[in-house]
Amino acid sequence: MAILVDESTKLVVQGLTGREGSFHGLRNKEYGTDLVAGVTPGKGGQDVEGVPVFDTVRGAVDDTGANTSMVFVPPPLAADAIYEAAEAGIATIICITEGIPAHDMLRLYNHLLGTGIRLIGPNCPGVLSPGKANVGIIPAHFFSEGGVGLVSRSGTLTYQIGNELAQLGVGNSTIVGIGGDPIVGSSFIDIIGQFEQDDQTELVVMVGEIGGDEEEKTADFISENVTKPVVAYIAGFTAPPGKRMGHAGAIISGSSGTAQAKADALEAKGVPVGRNPTEVAQIAAERMTAKAR
Amino acid sequence: MDLLEYQGKQIFAEHGVPVPEGKHAATPEEARAAAESLGFPVVVKAQVQTGGRGKAGGIKIAADADEAEAHAKAILGMEIRGLTVHELWIERASEIAAEYYAALVFDRGAKKPLVMLSSMGGMDVEEIAAKHPDAIARLHIDPLVGFLPFHGRRLAFESDIDSDVIRPTGDLLARLYDVFARRDSMLVEVNPLIVTDDRQVKALDAKVSIDDNALWRQPEVRDMRDLSAEDPQERMAKELGVTYVKLDGDIGILGNGAGLVMSTLDVVAQAGGKPANFLDVGGGARAEEIVTALEVLLSDPKVKAVLFNIFGGITRCDEVARGILQALDQIEVRVPIVVRLDGTNDEEGRGILAEANRSELHPAETMLQAADMVVEMAG
Repeated sequence: MAILVDESTKLVVQGLTGREGSFHGLRNKEYGTDLVAGVTPGKGGQDVEGVPVFDTVRGAVDDTGANTSMVFVPPPLAADAIYEAAEAGIATIICITEGIPAHDMLRLYNHLLGTGIRLIGPNCPGVLSPGKANVGIIPAHFFSEGGVGLVSRSGTLTYQIGNELAQLGVGNSTIVGIGGDPIVGSSFIDIIGQFEQDDQTELVVMVGEIGGDEEEKTADFISENVTKPVVAYIAGFTAPPGKRMGHAGAIISGSSGTAQAKADALEAKGVPVGRNPTEVAQIAAERMTAKAR
Repeated sequence: MDLLEYQGKQIFAEHGVPVPEGKHAATPEEARAAAESLGFPVVVKAQVQTGGRGKAGGIKIAADADEAEAHAKAILGMEIRGLTVHELWIERASEIAAEYYAALVFDRGAKKPLVMLSSMGGMDVEEIAAKHPDAIARLHIDPLVGFLPFHGRRLAFESDIDSDVIRPTGDLLARLYDVFARRDSMLVEVNPLIVTDDRQVKALDAKVSIDDNALWRQPEVRDMRDLSAEDPQERMAKELGVTYVKLDGDIGILGNGAGLVMSTLDVVAQAGGKPANFLDVGGGARAEEIVTALEVLLSDPKVKAVLFNIFGGITRCDEVARGILQALDQIEVRVPIVVRLDGTNDEEGRGILAEANRSELHPAETMLQAADMVVEMAG
């Protein structure tokens, strides 16, 4: 099963003719993702290594039946690109672009509320369902198919934990990078809710970091709505207040949002929190082995 | 990007938010001239990015030109919470009948702007929230609709402010919302929002923070950036395109990806070390980026050992290894560097470093091993 992307994904890449868009779009295609189209205004009719390029998302959807979009458009134009995908009837939009103004995301998020359109990102590494489809920049070769759903605010940290899981012989159903910005389209709760419904997923690993109160809310959600085991990791225990740690969202203001507060909230709801990436992978692997017995 | 008080007030004024009349000054002479043109009494206010200016003696009332000049002389060059005062805002003193609190924040949780108003201004909002939680009226705004007149009325009625200023306060909140939405603000805070003796509502302070990701469309704000107020190493890093945050330990840390670097700081701290910084080289593996990163990091004289933590995803470890060697040819490194390369092409990368046999490089295979090694080397 897996979530968000799989064999039924028909991918259109907005910004396919750009350097990053073509590199990663073609990489995703090579992995087996059904890349059906690209969109770059003014370049309709061209192709990128055989993938047709359209002027509009609407054109791409009409011609190819694309149902998923990956957005690789520069930050000033990215929100516009996401509105265009939504208007064209794309059900799953995955935005990789980093640096989109927060107010653009604020309006966009509220515009998409209630439409049923699933936005992942922005400023995220994308979504990978091993053995099925890869949409984004996640290096697929570390990951194998399996029962652990992995959801994270960060990129390389996800690869680190995924790799440690792989070394312990544990594979993944889907790896979802939700992004490190203050406002992202999908939250931990949205994704963990999907993992709960997914047949393939047996256990969930969530990778959070300082800032906001998303992890605390997720702890409540898990205790009330999730029957599958969840294991967590939180980065940023040593981060001082008021400093932005690379991710726009990773800043502690006031007393809330600290790594300790998040870890405490999760553990209070029965979610074990690993102290480092290695320990998280070990806890997850142990629980998977225990289940298999 | 955080604005100074006077910069925030300039933006307020452009959006019709009433502020007391004032002038900028960078020398005691300028302060004197500004005070004379404004009329007395005036307030001489230190312009630095921190709270607690009043308690530190950075805000003083002057009754005449000599006093204004003397206060300016005393405040300029003063250190407030580690920041040196280079600029002043000279403002016509206000007759204060009441002090309120107003703020617009970017509520990440609700994913909507949150407007707050309290009749208890003048103290820290944390203090108001702790002592009088019911005294802060709060309202989320739909960003697709914007701030409506009823929002202002409701906040004003619920916050129990004086009834004769409900209308002007609501109007002022609408204008603050305009600043918030049109200036890409992450925070707009006014503390205190005052009622003068002649019953006018004015912003006596301004704390405005603008989204760095939106500065390209806020050129006026971008030009307000005060480079001298930033940490010199953080500024250097920003100019060179890497993310650097200075901390106060002695172990230099660099890695790729914000989450991984944060995690590296934690692992080093767990091993008993004190990180000197956060440094994210991003996806960069090229020698120039590594040289830049090392230069920034080593410009901190406290650094006794360095941990270079790379997990190669798209980034290839063999390229990183070559980048590190090229960097070492270009700059002098006087401290040991623990290098942990894992992920894509990690074996090739480690092989390249082993072959080069540089005495300053110490390879580690895992993050935890690397942390233990670097802590031991920093002693």
